[in-house]
Amino acid sequence: MTLLALDWAFTLEKIILIAIIISISLVVAMYATYAERKVAGFMQDRIGPNRAGPFGILQPLADGLKLFFKEEVIPNHSNKFLFILGPCLAMLTAMMTSAIIPWGGKVELGGRIVDLQVADINIGILYIFGVVSLGVYGMMIGGWASNNKYSLMAALRGASQAISYELALGIALIALLMLTGSLSLRTITDQQIQGNWWNIVYQPLGFLIFFICSLAECNRAPFDLPEAESELNMGYHQEYSSMKLGFFLFAEYINMFISCTVIATLFLGGYDMPFVDEAGLSGITALLVGLLALFGKTFFLIFVFMWIRWTLPRFRYDQLMNLGWKALIPLALLNMVITGAVVLFTMK
Amino acid sequence: MDALTQRAALVDRRPMNWLERIYLWEIAKGMGITLKHFFKKKVTIQYPEQTRPFSPVFRGLHVLNRDEEGRERCTACGLCAVACPAEAITMEAAERLPEEENLYREEKYAARYEINMLRCIFCGLCEEACPKDAIYLSETFAPANYSRKSFVYSKDNLLIPDPVKDPENYAKAKGLIDKKKKLNS
Repeated sequence: MTLLALDWAFTLEKIILIAIIISISLVVAMYATYAERKVAGFMQDRIGPNRAGPFGILQPLADGLKLFFKEEVIPNHSNKFLFILGPCLAMLTAMMTSAIIPWGGKVELGGRIVDLQVADINIGILYIFGVVSLGVYGMMIGGWASNNKYSLMAALRGASQAISYELALGIALIALLMLTGSLSLRTITDQQIQGNWWNIVYQPLGFLIFFICSLAECNRAPFDLPEAESELNMGYHQEYSSMKLGFFLFAEYINMFISCTVIATLFLGGYDMPFVDEAGLSGITALLVGLLALFGKTFFLIFVFMWIRWTLPRFRYDQLMNLGWKALIPLALLNMVITGAVVLFTMK
Repeated sequence: MDALTQRAALVDRRPMNWLERIYLWEIAKGMGITLKHFFKKKVTIQYPEQTRPFSPVFRGLHVLNRDEEGRERCTACGLCAVACPAEAITMEAAERLPEEENLYREEKYAARYEINMLRCIFCGLCEEACPKDAIYLSETFAPANYSRKSFVYSKDNLLIPDPVKDPENYAKAKGLIDKKKKLNS
């Protein structure tokens, strides 16, 4: 009977919230593919997809439908279980990060206080790190199970890239944590709302390092070595077809969306609308304003991700490693030391 | 040695300075360029709806001309077939019957007139050879098709619209021909 003593309304609320967040992530990822093609087109003086529906807004649906109708190929020499596990894992880890992002403040709905965060865990950032590190398994398992030299090479590259850049990412975050004194994303956001400035003002270098490392973690250009079309034949995607390929591609966009949200939350004030005093607004208005602010920041960051992709050429592998180990990690360490000193001497 | 053209630019091989080495400023400059292009006018021509204007000397698919009363001008003299370097043109002549005077301009006409668009090299020599103003090269080009047979264009495909029955389309096609005539004279 103790099992039934659960707060069922609470469970229901969280399940609904999870469903909403997952569908929003999927829709955003879907339209990120469209946006990517549009941005690419516009930056190359073209128009981009505009045939499916008005302005081509049905293009992602058409693309998805096409992927579903493609033949499902599993290579003879591959490990079938791992081959299928790869894209599943990529998708799963991409989705899991969204659980701890505070999408908005608490609102009162029908006498209940609803928290727009699936789980406010006090180790939020550690959880992100755990899941992001897991994300590389999807790529590695997929690449290895394909039993193909290019895929394997891509998987190796992806893994080493993820490991190298996670270090700098983590150190950049530690500096931020020294300032905020909390690992919970909710607390970090609240501090930015109550304080006058966003964290980017206190941590410009940290933000830069975090941003660059997020690019690398998402395997976005100029760090898209794991899928380097020209050298590795699309890398770990190579043996994949149909929706399994779609999952890999889709996971990349979900990752991008989630990491942009994380950057917005950590450094750009989360659901804090600038120049607006949230405390003075009523529940629902504050919620909408917050959502608008968070999504605005996220979409702007996604645009910057794409903007960078269509501006810069891909790094060579040694350049990638040089940048990661010889530039970003020392910089992040320096940032950490300076932040530590400042915190020690000023914030008693 | 002098440069062949005046456009040669010397490559700057100075070692990178600090600002260039940290790479970020240069990236920002590059991103400025792409952002500029983001707002530029797009060069795309939406093909089926819009077409690129052709040069007036463009030589496309052939048109068999009619006179103002809608009578075919071709007399099946065969000069175009003789002039054709690709041997793409075949025709059969027939004699006009008394009641066909509203159909054909002269006593002899082409009962069958075919151009194989796969052989044709669109050189325009037929147009030059024709003494009767009967054949012109238009501004459309051969569309894609599934069979070879469909590229052998017969009179149905080649004839200009009848000015009596379909004056609108005739005027459109005639306009092109007039433009061409002006150019040739």
